[in-house]
Amino acid sequence: MHPILDYLWIIPLLPLVGSAINGIFGWNWSKNTINAVALGSTGLSFLCAIEAVREFREYFAQYHQPFTKHFVDWIVAYQDLTIGFDLQIDHLTVVMLLVVTGVGFLIHIYSTGYMAHEEGYFRFFAYMNLFMFFMLLLVLSANYVVLFVGWEGVGLCSYLLVGFYYLKHSAAQAGKKAFIVNRIGDFGFMLGMFLLFRTFHSLDFHTVFEAASQPNVAHEGLGQFGILTAACLLLFVGATGKSAQIPLYVWLPDAMEGPTPVSALIHAATMVTAGVYVVARSHVLFLHSETAMFVVAIVGCATAFFAATIGLVQSDIKKVLAYSTVSQLGYMFLGCGVGAFGAGIFHLMTHAFFKALLFLSAGSVIHAMGGEQDMWQMGGLASKIKVTFWCMLFGTIAIAGFFPFAAFFSKDAILFAAFNSQPDGKALYAVGLFAAILTSFYMFRLVWLTFFGKSRYDEHHVHVHESPKNMTVPLMILAFLALTGGWFAFPALFGGKDYFTDFLSPVFGSREIAGGEALHSLELTLSGVAMVAATLGLIVAWRMYAKDVKRGPEKGLHKLLYNKYYVDEIYQGAIVGPLVWISRNILWKAVDEGTIDGAVNGIGYGVREIGDGVRHAQSGNTRSYAVWVLVGAVVVFGIIFWPIIHPALFGGIR
Amino acid sequence: MVPTSYYLILSAILFGLGMIAFVFKRNIITIFMAIELMLNAVNLAFVAFSKAFGKSDGEVFVLFVIVVAAAEAAVGLGIIILTARNRRSLNVERVDLLKL
Repeated sequence: MHPILDYLWIIPLLPLVGSAINGIFGWNWSKNTINAVALGSTGLSFLCAIEAVREFREYFAQYHQPFTKHFVDWIVAYQDLTIGFDLQIDHLTVVMLLVVTGVGFLIHIYSTGYMAHEEGYFRFFAYMNLFMFFMLLLVLSANYVVLFVGWEGVGLCSYLLVGFYYLKHSAAQAGKKAFIVNRIGDFGFMLGMFLLFRTFHSLDFHTVFEAASQPNVAHEGLGQFGILTAACLLLFVGATGKSAQIPLYVWLPDAMEGPTPVSALIHAATMVTAGVYVVARSHVLFLHSETAMFVVAIVGCATAFFAATIGLVQSDIKKVLAYSTVSQLGYMFLGCGVGAFGAGIFHLMTHAFFKALLFLSAGSVIHAMGGEQDMWQMGGLASKIKVTFWCMLFGTIAIAGFFPFAAFFSKDAILFAAFNSQPDGKALYAVGLFAAILTSFYMFRLVWLTFFGKSRYDEHHVHVHESPKNMTVPLMILAFLALTGGWFAFPALFGGKDYFTDFLSPVFGSREIAGGEALHSLELTLSGVAMVAATLGLIVAWRMYAKDVKRGPEKGLHKLLYNKYYVDEIYQGAIVGPLVWISRNILWKAVDEGTIDGAVNGIGYGVREIGDGVRHAQSGNTRSYAVWVLVGAVVVFGIIFWPIIHPALFGGIR
Repeated sequence: MVPTSYYLILSAILFGLGMIAFVFKRNIITIFMAIELMLNAVNLAFVAFSKAFGKSDGEVFVLFVIVVAAAEAAVGLGIIILTARNRRSLNVERVDLLKL
C-alpha cells in the first residue's frame, strides 16, 4: 500500500550505504565518482522522504494517528524490557525529515565545490553521509533507545568532522572538546531514560506518553519536584549538551574548526537542533512539570541573550555565526519552555534555512578570500562577490527578523508566546527582545565589516573570486527558502490561520489562547516592536561600522565580551584543571602506578626474592638430597601415624 | 617358629644400615649397594607380613620390587660407568653439575 512507509528504514539506510561505499572504496576514486555516491544517496533519501511524507498524509487522513512500524526486536532482555527497532512518522518528524534531508542535500552539493581542493575528499563525504544516517535515525525513531543511537551517532560524526583537519592541533582539540562536553549531556540523557523506564516500564514514545497523560499522573506545579520533573530535567541536560545551551554551550564555537559546510549542516541546521527536537518530542512529559518548563524557558532565554552579547564583538566571521546559532537555539528553547512547541519547531525550521545560508555564504567568503576568516582582514567585498553578498544579505535580513523574511514570523511567534506566558512572561519577552536587537546588530556588523568599506586585505596576494556554480546555486535556493520559509504563518498576521502550528497540532495539540481580537492586535503590536528592534540594531551597526573603521584595542566591557566572559578559562580552572590534576596525581600516579603497578611488580619481586633464597637448597650434593628425602619420609610417617604417636608420647604426661 | 617381630626388627636394622650408608658414604657404588640393601629390607618386611597374615600379596610385591631393582641396577650401573669414564672418579661429591 505504502511502498516507502512499509520500508521506512530505507530513508536512513541510503546515506549509510553511501557512507560505507565511499569510506571503504573511495580512497582512490575520482571526485566525480565520490560525488555520485554521496549526492546520489542523500538525494535519493530526500526523494524517499518526500514520498514518505505524501504517504503519511494519506495514512493520517485515514487513521488519524502517527505511523509507527516495528521492524525487528532489537533488545529483548527479559519480559519487562523489549526494545524494537521501531520507526515512526508524525507531523513533527515530517518537518525534521524534510529539513534534514533537504538542507542536507543542498549542503552536500555545496560541499562538492567547497571541498574540491581539500585532502581527504572521500573521507569528508563518508562522514557527512554517516551523519545523515544517524540524524535520520534520530528523527525517525519511535523510542528513546533508537533515538539515543542516533543521538550518539551524530555526536560521533560531529567529533570526526570537527577534527577533520586532524593534523591541526586546534582542530583536534576542538573535536575532543565537542565530544567530551556532549558526553556530559548524554550522561544526563541516559539517566533520564533510566528514570523513564523505571517509572513507565517502557521506552516507546507511544507507551510513555500514553502513560504520562493518564489522569492519575500528578501534575507538578512550579516549585514542585517529582519524578517527571526529574526525568524532564535530565533529558534537558542532554539537550543542553547537544544543542549548546548554558552551561554546556562552550563546545559549539570551538567546533567552527571544522570545514564550513560541516558548520552549516551539523553545527547550525540539524544536529544542534536535536535537543530542541527531543524536548518537543517529549512535550507530554514537559507539560506535566511546570518546574521543568520554567527551567527550559529560563535557560533558553539566558542563552539567547548571553551568546548574543558575545557575538557582538567577535572578529572571526564563523565565530559570530556560531554564537548566533547558540543564541537562536536559545530562542527555540524559550519557545518550548513557554509551551509554544510549534513556534519552537517553526523557528528550528526557518533557522535551518537562514543559518545554513549564512554559514554557506560565510564559507563562500572564506573561499573567495583564500581561507581568511578574520573580518578585520576583509572589507569591500560586495562588488567582487555579488552572489555571495546578496545571499548573505538575505540571510542577515532573515535572521534579524525583518518583514517578510523567515525569522520575522518564527521569532515573533516565540516572543509572542513568551509575552503571554505566566508567570514571568514579560521579563522573558523583554530579554528576548533585547537579544533580538543584539542579533540584528551583530549580523549587520558582520555584513558591513565583510562587504563594505575599504578593503583591508593585501590585494596583491588575495585574489577575490566568486565561488563556482555548485556553491552558489545551493546558496540561492537557501536564500529563497530564507525569504519564504516563514510564510506558513503569513495569514496569521491578518487574523488568519498559522498554517505551520496548525500542521503540527496533531502532535502538540491546539492550544488556543483566549482573547480573540484583542490578542490579535497585541500580536500586531509586538510584531511592530520587533521590527523596531531589528531596525534599531541595523542603525546602530550602521553608525558604528559603515564608515571606515579601524580595529581598536579591546578594553573594559568590550574586552570581557571579546574573551567570551572568560567562561572557557573559568571552566579550565574550576573543572578541567582539577580533573586533570586528580587524574594525573591521584588516579595515575597514586592509584595506577602506586597501587596497581605496585601490587603487580611487588608480587613479581617477592617471588623472585623467595626463589633466590630457596635455590640454595639445590646444592647438587646427592647425599643432602637423600637427607631431605629422609626428612620428608619422617614427616609423612609422623603425620600418618600421629594419632598413634600422640598418646604414646604425651599420654603419660597427661 | 620365629615371631614376625624378629623379622621386622631385622628389616628395620637392615633398612637403617642402608640409609646410614646411603647418607654417609661417598663412593657411588657403595651408595648403590646401600639402596639395594634398603630394597631388600623392605622385601623382608613384605615377606614377613605375607607369612603373618597368610596372604600372598606381600610375596607378589616382592617379585615386583625385585624386577624394579633389576631394572634399576641395569640403568644405575650404566650411569655409574659413564660417570666413572667422564670424571675418572667415583666420588659423589664431585658429581654436582646440577647445582647452581
